[in-house]
Amino acid sequence: MTTPQHAPAIEFVGVNKNYLSHGETVPAVKRTDLAIAQGEFFSLLGPSGCGKTTTMRMIAGFEEPTAGKVMLDGRDVTGVAANKRDVNMVFQSYALFPHLNTYQNVAFGLERKKVAKNEIGRRVGEILEIVSLTGMEKRSPKEMSGGQQQRVALARALVNRPRALLLDEPLGALDLKLRQQMQIELKRIQREVGITFVYVTHDQGEALTMSDRIAVMNAGVIEQLGSPREIYERPASRFVAGFIGTSNIVDGHVERVEGGLALLSYTTQDRVVVPVGQSTRTGDKLEVSIRPEKIDLHRGVPPVTATGGSVLSGTVTEVVYHGTSTNYTVATAAGADFTVFDQNASNAEDLAVRGDRVYLTWAPQHSYLIGV
Amino acid sequence: MTAPTLDRRQQSTQVEEAARIKPKRRITGPGLLHAWTWLIIAWLVLPIVVMIAFGFNDTPGRYNQTWVGFTFKWYGRLFEYSDLTSALITSILIAIVASLLSGALGTGIGYALGRYRFRGSGSLNLIMFATMSSPELIMGASLLSLFVSAGAGLGPVTITIAHVMFSISFVAVVVRARVMTLDRSIEEAAADLGANAWTTFWKVTFPIILPAIFSGVLLAFALSIDDFIVTAFTAGTTKTFPLWIWGATRVGIPPQVNVMGTLIFAVGVFFALLANIRSSSKGKRD
Repeated sequence: MTTPQHAPAIEFVGVNKNYLSHGETVPAVKRTDLAIAQGEFFSLLGPSGCGKTTTMRMIAGFEEPTAGKVMLDGRDVTGVAANKRDVNMVFQSYALFPHLNTYQNVAFGLERKKVAKNEIGRRVGEILEIVSLTGMEKRSPKEMSGGQQQRVALARALVNRPRALLLDEPLGALDLKLRQQMQIELKRIQREVGITFVYVTHDQGEALTMSDRIAVMNAGVIEQLGSPREIYERPASRFVAGFIGTSNIVDGHVERVEGGLALLSYTTQDRVVVPVGQSTRTGDKLEVSIRPEKIDLHRGVPPVTATGGSVLSGTVTEVVYHGTSTNYTVATAAGADFTVFDQNASNAEDLAVRGDRVYLTWAPQHSYLIGV
Repeated sequence: MTAPTLDRRQQSTQVEEAARIKPKRRITGPGLLHAWTWLIIAWLVLPIVVMIAFGFNDTPGRYNQTWVGFTFKWYGRLFEYSDLTSALITSILIAIVASLLSGALGTGIGYALGRYRFRGSGSLNLIMFATMSSPELIMGASLLSLFVSAGAGLGPVTITIAHVMFSISFVAVVVRARVMTLDRSIEEAAADLGANAWTTFWKVTFPIILPAIFSGVLLAFALSIDDFIVTAFTAGTTKTFPLWIWGATRVGIPPQVNVMGTLIFAVGVFFALLANIRSSSKGKRD
């Protein structure tokens, strides 16, 4: 993040948004407080209907909150019309003006601000260079590919040097390869222009690779807000654990607590060890999440005492070979089906097959309590 | 070794033959289709061809029903009947004013209906289709009683009001269809870039829906310039082009009428071609 500023670029204070549908009040965004820092790449991630687009449209000024305040740079902009807000948006459909060429599309915002003609020419040329569209000034949107139209939409918003750039699933319409390329491009452009980016997506991979911070939304509520690493490694809720990547979730009752570790026991040899706080007591019911790539799969009985961690025995029910890794599904003694990603290193001969009896082990620090 | 090769060759010639026969067999289909197409074209064009042809008929008097010989003279003597000429001018002026007025008003209605749902939008839709489908005879009669009871003197003004009244719906329907297919976020993008509602409409919405407005206005012009029934009720003593022709049927329609009809038709064809060229050049770019 850039130089420290007094006020966050974007701030939500107790924002609430209800829609009226067939005479019924439907909450789209429930009481939300949020602060997005200057120069941050911030993602709003969640399934469709989670309220992420509504949240973004409230920043842009296309929707007004039912209650609460929206602040830009510490200034209350609640009730200020979209055309008077110093933020710009890249629309999912690009929303380029079909009757204008690239240059005219990009110059539209500057013309509204009555910027001098030669200044407009200079800034449009500059931004077209940043998005690698130099020489395309005379093309109309219809004559351009999806990726190029995307860049025009980006340039049209960025040329105004907004306080924040809002991107509404901007890569949704592109094919996989172009999408990955544009992800890298977007990161580069954000670094170059140093503007706060607010990125709405339902693609967790996209959010993880690009963001400084992510807000995971579900049913109008931010379930977790944190860095990609925090969100991936320490999901705060069952929803986040399931939505971001693959998680194994197992529950059980605490048998004993020892040195900050709780032991959940299933049979004499099957146990899950998880770091816990002070308040956990014997007999508490806990929910634990473990990422599939943190688990080791053994065909023989593992040296339990050596690891001091979790051990679950089980039967392989599915084996899927992925080239760089092999994915196993294991029905465990804890009652839950586990997914295990095993790197295909040198032990390729040593693959387990369906029906094999296996042991899953992982270190204590790879167990995470959900909802703490 | 040789036998299967031979077989294969035979097979391939059979396939080729089948391929050659196939389009031949299908000829009955396209043949019929061609015949049908030309029949329809003839049906549509024949009356126009007759009109154009008799504009070149070297007929001795006002009666222009039998072919005598070819001449250009009626084009030279186009404005011989001053009352016919002034009737044509009246018609053109009324058509221009009526189509522009219904273009402006119809665009407003069409935009509102295509963009927003508001109190009364349902009934407005209904009334629009009612005016488009209601018999002109009834419309004309009721307009006449309306104007008379309102004490309005019948003339060019009442004709224009009547023409705007029945062509406004056509413009509105065409514009509404275009507005409904317009991506809403394009207007939001304009607002996002700092344009107020007025600028958004004139800089973004209007240019995009202009072709629809243009075809609506053309439609209104065409409806107005040859309207007879409603005009007959609302004209008073004013003579429009169609009213003059109707009046002339008893004393014979002079060839000048054919010439004027031909010229009006030519202007129509010109606009149709213009629209065609524009859309096909757009299509090529896609």
